[in-house]
Amino acid sequence: MPAAINIQQVHKFFGKLHALRGIDLTIEQGEFFALLGPNGAGKSTLINLLAGLLRPTSGNLSVLGHDVAGDYRAARQLLGVVPQELVFDPFFNVREMLRFQAGYFGRGRENDPWIDEILEGLGLADKAGSNMRTLSGGMKRRALIAQALAHKPPVLVLDEPTAGVDVELRQMLWEFIKKLNRDGHTIILTTHYLEEAETLCSRVAMLKQGQVVALDSTRDLLQRYARKSLRLRLEPNQLPASLQPMLRSQDNDVFTLALNETAALEGVLATLRENGIRIDDLQVSDADLEDVFVEILHQ
Amino acid sequence: MTGMWTLFRKELLRFWKVSFQTVAAPVMTALLYLLIFSHVLEGRVQPYPGISYTEFLIPGLVMMSMLQNAFANSSSSLIQSKVMGNIVFLLLTPLSFWEFFSAFLAAAIVRGLVVGVGVYLVTVFYAPPSVQHPLLILLFTLAGCGMMGAMGIIAGIIADKFDQMAAFQNFIIMPLSFLSGVFYSIHSLPPFWQKVSHLNPFFYVIDGFRYGFFGISDVSPWLSLGVVLTSFFALSWATLRLLKSGYKLRG
Repeated sequence: MPAAINIQQVHKFFGKLHALRGIDLTIEQGEFFALLGPNGAGKSTLINLLAGLLRPTSGNLSVLGHDVAGDYRAARQLLGVVPQELVFDPFFNVREMLRFQAGYFGRGRENDPWIDEILEGLGLADKAGSNMRTLSGGMKRRALIAQALAHKPPVLVLDEPTAGVDVELRQMLWEFIKKLNRDGHTIILTTHYLEEAETLCSRVAMLKQGQVVALDSTRDLLQRYARKSLRLRLEPNQLPASLQPMLRSQDNDVFTLALNETAALEGVLATLRENGIRIDDLQVSDADLEDVFVEILHQ
Repeated sequence: MTGMWTLFRKELLRFWKVSFQTVAAPVMTALLYLLIFSHVLEGRVQPYPGISYTEFLIPGLVMMSMLQNAFANSSSSLIQSKVMGNIVFLLLTPLSFWEFFSAFLAAAIVRGLVVGVGVYLVTVFYAPPSVQHPLLILLFTLAGCGMMGAMGIIAGIIADKFDQMAAFQNFIIMPLSFLSGVFYSIHSLPPFWQKVSHLNPFFYVIDGFRYGFFGISDVSPWLSLGVVLTSFFALSWATLRLLKSGYKLRG
């Protein structure tokens, strides 16, 4: 069974800018995969390479075993891409646009029931006859997802699908995408909302300056890095030197320390007491992906 | 095939949905040219013996409108979808550069034909021109519109913004079409400007097309056909090269 996505030693230069520095990544069929990273890390570049919108300087990419350059017809048939920007064709209504999009992939009227299904699933059914121009931002976002799905691709890539989308719509989109995943679609997404990646995605890759700096199942990543976060407000507002190695981040007067186990808390408290530092506030919580993310990026 | 056919249909529908602007407006413009120029020049200018100025003018106006609109169709569609960003929906598809080219070209030719027929229908009442060689008329129509459709694709690929496209229109397409002998026979020009006109491929499209109606022309219709077909194939080749390379479309 070929991998849904296989990326081998991909480099991409934009002039002198080395945007991707040897990416290796395999995403299996049926995965719900997140691509995380700060702005400019190369997430969108990688997606555009997969989609054939950009060409790699070197390296290979394939979709379900089909090379995106050498066998681009098959590769593009199997891939649906939701672009990050709200782009649309102002001449057509939603249904026309979806029919055209499916048609470019060789699908005719036999595809209409599927189009009805995605319109229904995305809550667009009553907007099917509306011109794309007249849709609200949230509706345009749904229409973009519908457009990527029009040819029923087994692999779906979503570039920041919930950017600028309100909470209710975000929930609804995720329910829909989860259902697609249950139905067998491989889902790959980039997002800035790390809690989304944490709850939805089984595996995560983190990109930093064009390189994969972490690649693991979400659970293992959370376990491998500190399991607990300890947030402290101290009086006086300073952390003893012996606790500095545990410091994960500092936000004004709140120190966040990484705890490998709850028992380690005792040692921290003892150190503070020895140094005569009073605790104004203390909070222990499970580490989330954001903590891990910050930790990895600062390594 | 379905993919290319879909793109062709979409391109047709795109201009048809705004046909007031894409078909009615150029027909109206051509009619105004006819009314004004024939009012001023009828009886004063007779380019060919036995043919009135208005008769002479009509085929030229028909062809000029076809050329301009074939160009406008492919170029405006591309520049719009580039500026709007929705060109990605085409680039994500399995359509090959050949299919992309063929669909845009065919739609441009159809737009040219629709406008040409429109101009012919509203002007023909003023002075019905004879039709000597219908096959040549058709050949020049297809090759002329094809040449301009390809040029429109090239302009659409190269231009990044609407003002660059407007510059292409105003500084290349308009001068070439107005200086092509639509409104006069180039024999009436001083020898130097006659020579210059011979460098303009639009001149050959107009002259050969007119020959199809009257059986008279400034240069041999076969020379014209040769120039027009050569231009068409050369521009198509250049367009295909650009599309294949992904220039400005795929980074």
